[in-house]
Amino acid sequence: MGAFIIRRLLSTLLVMGLVGVFIFLLLHLSPGDPAAIIAGDNATPAQIEAIRTSLGLNDPLHVQFGRWAMRVLSGDLGISIFSNVPVATLIAQRVWPTLSLAFTTIVLAVTLALAAGVLAAWKAGSLADRLVMILSVVGFSVPVFVVGYLLIYVFAISLRWLPVQGYSPLAEGFWPWASHLILPSTALGLAYVALIARITRTAMLDVLAEDYMRTARAKGVATGPMLFKHALKSAGVPIVTVVGIGIALLIGGVVITETVFNLPGIGRLVVDAISKRDYPIIQGVILLFSGVYVIINLLVDLSYTLLDPRIRY
Amino acid sequence: MTVAAAELARVPPRSGLWHFVRRNPTLVGGLVVLALIALAALIAPLIAGDPIAAKPVNRLRPPSQINWLGTDQLGRDVWARTVYGARISLLVGLSVATIAMSIGLLIGLLAGFSRTVESVVMRLMDGLMAIPAILLAIAFVSLSKASVSIVVAAIALPEIPRVVRLVRSVVLTVREQPFIEAAVASGTRLPKILRRHILPATVPPLIVQATYVAASAILIEAALSFLGAGTPPEVPTWGNMIASSRVYLGLAPWTIFGPGIALALVVLAVNLVGDGLRDRLDPRIARRM
Repeated sequence: MGAFIIRRLLSTLLVMGLVGVFIFLLLHLSPGDPAAIIAGDNATPAQIEAIRTSLGLNDPLHVQFGRWAMRVLSGDLGISIFSNVPVATLIAQRVWPTLSLAFTTIVLAVTLALAAGVLAAWKAGSLADRLVMILSVVGFSVPVFVVGYLLIYVFAISLRWLPVQGYSPLAEGFWPWASHLILPSTALGLAYVALIARITRTAMLDVLAEDYMRTARAKGVATGPMLFKHALKSAGVPIVTVVGIGIALLIGGVVITETVFNLPGIGRLVVDAISKRDYPIIQGVILLFSGVYVIINLLVDLSYTLLDPRIRY
Repeated sequence: MTVAAAELARVPPRSGLWHFVRRNPTLVGGLVVLALIALAALIAPLIAGDPIAAKPVNRLRPPSQINWLGTDQLGRDVWARTVYGARISLLVGLSVATIAMSIGLLIGLLAGFSRTVESVVMRLMDGLMAIPAILLAIAFVSLSKASVSIVVAAIALPEIPRVVRLVRSVVLTVREQPFIEAAVASGTRLPKILRRHILPATVPPLIVQATYVAASAILIEAALSFLGAGTPPEVPTWGNMIASSRVYLGLAPWTIFGPGIALALVVLAVNLVGDGLRDRLDPRIARRM
């Protein structure tokens, strides 16, 4: 077990290192000489060269990478070209809308998907099962922004039940906060629900066919506890795996959802940076999101032993 | 006659087009929708007007007999733009699937047969897979001038690791089969083993994977255009149309829902084809899905 955790941590570090190399190279490929930008329009070639040397841009690539990696590890993600503010500060300012959106979406989507998947497996072949399966194919095909605008049109513009766009901090009250997140979470969560409901159904079908499930039923375990306590826990490993993999889907979706619903989060930060070609922001956000994805999948791997005591490393 | 025998007698002969349709509803349904959309994209000049010409007098007209899907904020016909938009979406889906499959197949075959290549390549793939696809594509596109070929490359890059993993897993399974051992024992050279014995086994799962890659490529292309990191705004793509009309949602919802429904329909059709092919090509998984 201990050996497994250490091995898994090492491979996570390796993956993050590779992500760092990719992103560093991307930074290097970006057009425009940072020294020329800093020097301004009236600088002579000699001045630019002096700035290049002082920034260390003439050093070998691996030396520059080492320096960059040390800075990133100490939390310095560079400075935004456009606003001259450290990228880490910009991200910190916008972290709450994104965290709120991610939290509500994951909670809503996982709850709904587990219920739908368990129902579909329990009543396999029934109308409810077919409906869940059809909805999961459709939910996986409809793009986040199309669902988003449909929801805004129906629930915010036509029915006026919920606010159209924007964000309200939790500190200013629970309902304003929640009401601004209902539509974005629904739009963002749809594909995630589809993905998890599908795998839940498949995994549950396997478990329900096991002998010990027949034994549980025979000794009189009620349907509810049988499905949710006995079966769902045994079906947990593939489900948790997909929940982890699906985070990538969710991260891509966050960027789009924040744009559709005008949420001032990290996704908006990166989208605004695209049009301004503000590379430090783009790189910082990619690094952050990739790190989150890798860490979540590390936790998923480590959670297997908790879910299924038969798994030993 | 027993009931079972009576049932048997009523079953039509196991052949013919209708039988195929009955057995593969998702595959046929998806193919029909996809074929109709591809046809519309091909004969776009015959069934739709000018997608570019702006007539400001006609701006934001609701759907009518002249403009089936209404007009946008510049007075352009939404139907014409939607039909022409299908060209870009299908082109991107097809090119990304082809590129990702070819490169992924090549790397996957090498990784499946050489330990040294494997350890290096698989770690690189792990690193590439850790970067969310849309963000990697955004970074790639933002480095250069936006064009359809850059967008295709940017979307294909994050898909490659998934193909490599798939091919490698097939190779690892096939490699242990007795007939490979026999081929090696009888002195068949590695390139021939790869070509004659391994390659054919990768084809069915690759075809299924290709449809899913195409579906996700179409979605990501639209998302990139929507976010302003895709094809140039003057090209009529569904993502661009939705992006430029979004402020008119309350006034003219047709400007968004025309391309939006088209996009959802194409992706749904491609996904259905993928599910149908998977059911046909891999009955082992099909039973459970």
